[in-house]
Formats: sequence, C-alpha cells, structure tokens
Amino acid sequence: MKYAYYPGCTIETTAVEFGRSTNAVCEALGIELVEIEDWNCCGASSAHSLDHELSLRLPARNVVLAQEIGGDIVAPCPACYQNVLAADNRLREDEAWRRQMEEVVGAAYTGQGRPRHLLEVLSEPEALAAVRARVKRPLAGLKVASYYGCVLVRPPEITGWDDPEHPVRMDVLMAALGAEAVDWSYKVDCCGASLTLSRSEIVVHLSTRLAEAAVEAGADVVAAACGICQINLDTRQKHIPALYFTELMALAFDLPNLDRLFKKHGVDPRPVLRRRGLFA
Amino acid sequence: MGASRDLSFAEMVQEQSGEPVQRCYFCQKCTAGCPVAYAMDVKPAQLLRLIQLGEKEAVLGSSAIWLCVNCQTCGARCPNQIYLAGMYDALRQMALGEGYAPEPSVYALHRSFLDSIKMWGRVHELTMLMEYKMRLLPKPAIFFDGLVSDLMMGGGLIAKGKISFVPERVKRLKEVRRLYETNSPGTEVEP
Ligand code: SF4
Ligand code: SF4
Repeated sequence: MKYAYYPGCTIETTAVEFGRSTNAVCEALGIELVEIEDWNCCGASSAHSLDHELSLRLPARNVVLAQEIGGDIVAPCPACYQNVLAADNRLREDEAWRRQMEEVVGAAYTGQGRPRHLLEVLSEPEALAAVRARVKRPLAGLKVASYYGCVLVRPPEITGWDDPEHPVRMDVLMAALGAEAVDWSYKVDCCGASLTLSRSEIVVHLSTRLAEAAVEAGADVVAAACGICQINLDTRQKHIPALYFTELMALAFDLPNLDRLFKKHGVDPRPVLRRRGLFA
Repeated sequence: MGASRDLSFAEMVQEQSGEPVQRCYFCQKCTAGCPVAYAMDVKPAQLLRLIQLGEKEAVLGSSAIWLCVNCQTCGARCPNQIYLAGMYDALRQMALGEGYAPEPSVYALHRSFLDSIKMWGRVHELTMLMEYKMRLLPKPAIFFDGLVSDLMMGGGLIAKGKISFVPERVKRLKEVRRLYETNSPGTEVEP
C-alpha cells in the first residue's frame, strides 16, 4: 500500500518519537509512505485563528503537490489532517479557487485520493489483520487509556470514520497489540492545545485533569495520536506517561532502538513498561 | 451596553462565518462542554446571545474569542448545528479588522507562528519562540511570568534534542509567500 505522506512540522522536532515510530511501524507493515516533496507548514491553529483564507491556502499547496504521488494523503498530526481535509474539500468544490492554487504551485489538482489520519489508516480491518500477524511481544497486562483528543474525530460530518463522543478505533488497535484498553470518559476531551505557550495555566489545568482521570481508570499509560496532546501531557503533568500509539505498536512489534525514543519523554514510560515485563 | 447595539451585527457574523447564529436557543450545551469556558470572560452560549442582541463591542472586545482552541466539542453537540469554532475564527478576524485589542499572548503566539512559516515555509520553534517573547516585551509581568515556565520547558526540550537550532527551509518559498497575499485583516493589522 502506498500513501502520499504529509509529516508536518513537529514530526522531526517536538514529536520526533511520533515520526520515528510511524516510519518504523509502517515499514514493518509493508506500508509505503512517500513524503510530499517540498511540503510547507499547514498553518496549524494559527492560520485559521487570524486568517481563514490563509488557513486553506497553506495546506492546499501540499494537497496539490501530493497529486503526483498518487494514493491517499496520510498525516499523523490531527491539526494537519483537519487543515488538509478542509483544503481538499475546497479544491473539490470551488473551481476558480482551485485554478488559483494550481497556478501558484505550478501543478494540477486531479482529486485522486483523500486526506486521512494515520490512525484511520492503521485501524482499517486489513491493517488490523496485518498488525495482529506482526505482533511479536503482545502487550499483555498493559492497561492503556486511548486518548483521541479533540479534532481527530470531529466534526463528524467532515471526519466521519469513528464516533465523535465514544471513538473506539484506537482501543481496537490497542487490543490487537494484546494490551487492555481501559474505559474512561476523557477520550475526546481537549488538552488545551496551542494555549500551552500563550496561556499555560489553562493547559496545566486540563492536562492534569486528563492524567488524573486516566490514573483513576487504572491505566498504566495514555496512548496519544497527536503531537500537541502528547507534548502537553508529557510536559504539563507528571502523573502518567503519554506514548504515541505508534510507539506502542513498535514495542509490540519488538522493533529495535526504542530506548532512543522512550528516553526523550518528559514522563519516562520505561519504569511502568519494565514493571509489566515489556521492556528490558 | 444597550446604547451601542448594532442590529446588523448578527447578520454580519452569519455572513462572515457561514454559521446560522440566529438559530441558537440558549440551551448551554456548548458552554457545558467547552474545556476553556471556565477561563472565558464571556461563555460560548452567552456570546451567541450577545451576538443576537447586537452587542458588538462586548463580543469583539471580549478576551473569550481569543481563548477558543477550536476543539469542535460545541459544534459536534449543538442541537442546531451551529459550528461555533468557525464563528470564533470569523469573530477574531472582525475584531482585528475593526481595531479591537486582541488577547496579547494568544495573538503574539499566532502572529509569530505565521511569521515563522512566511520566513521558512515551515515552523522553526526556536526563532518563533524568540519572536513571541519579543512581541510581549513591553508587558513585563506577562513576559517574565511566561518566560520562566517556557524556558524551562524549552530547555528540557532542547536537552532532549527536540528543538533544533537550524530551521528546515522550503525550497520554493516564493510560492508560500504568494499564498500570504490574502488581504485579510489578520495579516495586516498590528495591535
Ligand atoms: S449548543 Fe447551540 S443552541 Fe445551545 S446554546 Fe450553544 S450554540 Fe446555542
Ligand atoms: S471549539 Fe472553542 S468554544 Fe467550542 S468547545 Fe472548543 S474551545 Fe470551546
């Protein structure tokens, strides 16, 4: 399976564990991620906060650039995913605007493929079967609170691949790894997102509440699908480690060099993984 | 309030955001689910009511419109399918266009972020954070308050090799800069 890959700005920096584990896991599953050539930042939450038009134009360039690769566009970051999705929709619906974007980029939009989030792709039935076949070290005994965050599954009219209030696809994926997905009621609650720098006290409040709820539900770790969620949980609270769901996949696949990723965490996941006998 | 009512305001908001603000019947579901409502001077449902009443100054001058983090909880739950997040985006642009002062730290962050993309094509955290701090310089209290916690966070991230010193640069920056020519108030106005 081949995808046009839109990594996003954080994947080599603050979310480097997400990027490395995504590459390793996809390679192990025979999924080919072809990086979009010369991609630019999608504007994250800043473009739509100040300039709606810019928030569609920035990701539109990436969508147009992705056309020649073929296949769906995959993004690991939920904010990138949302922005790329909104741009793709406008490219489909607004012909005059599409021509304008094509002219800037100097390439044609063919409308092949759709933007998708990495979790959506990795939790499809065929992917799940491949995951089960690839597991070498089942995460038996590990209790995971699957944390979807805010914009991964919302708004449902636009995303539509999981329930907006009680999503389950990450839980199913965690079960495929042999882990136990715990029930908790903060799956889609917001961590405070970009306020982490401008109003950090709000993010401390929200992240702490999330972490305490996960601990109360009996979880050993939180599984995250977003670089902002993960870094907010990793730096703004100390109760529980937050791992990317792809790191847990890499652990279950017994892939090498995981220590290099785990030691980058602010809340070190290694002690609890050792206690569960999953990490040397 | 009252004397300053602008009866065309609700219509303007509806037009700019595409959201049917008149449909709101004040059920408060949005406020109940909003993660940042506790820190807002005007809660989401209150904001809708003020819009309906034409209280333009109270709406565009609120700090609440800068605190919405676009989490989409409200929109997914509103019985009248009002997507408040899109409405907040439109309100911020209207506020900038009409010269209302934005929440300083939130505005400074978004502005620095967008400047970073314009400069490199991708965000470069280190220089972006430096610009952000510079923008808040004339306000010492906020500056020192945030600086200490952010530098501690930033210091930790640099030690873990998560913040790079060298920016990643898009090759065809010309294209990105052309995308910035939108003539929106958000790219023009400095507070
Ligand atoms: S949920 Fe919708 S109808 Fe209810 S108060 Fe909020 S905006 Fe109005
Ligand atoms: S989108 Fe904004 S207003 Fe709506 S719940 Fe989230 S933070 Fe609150």
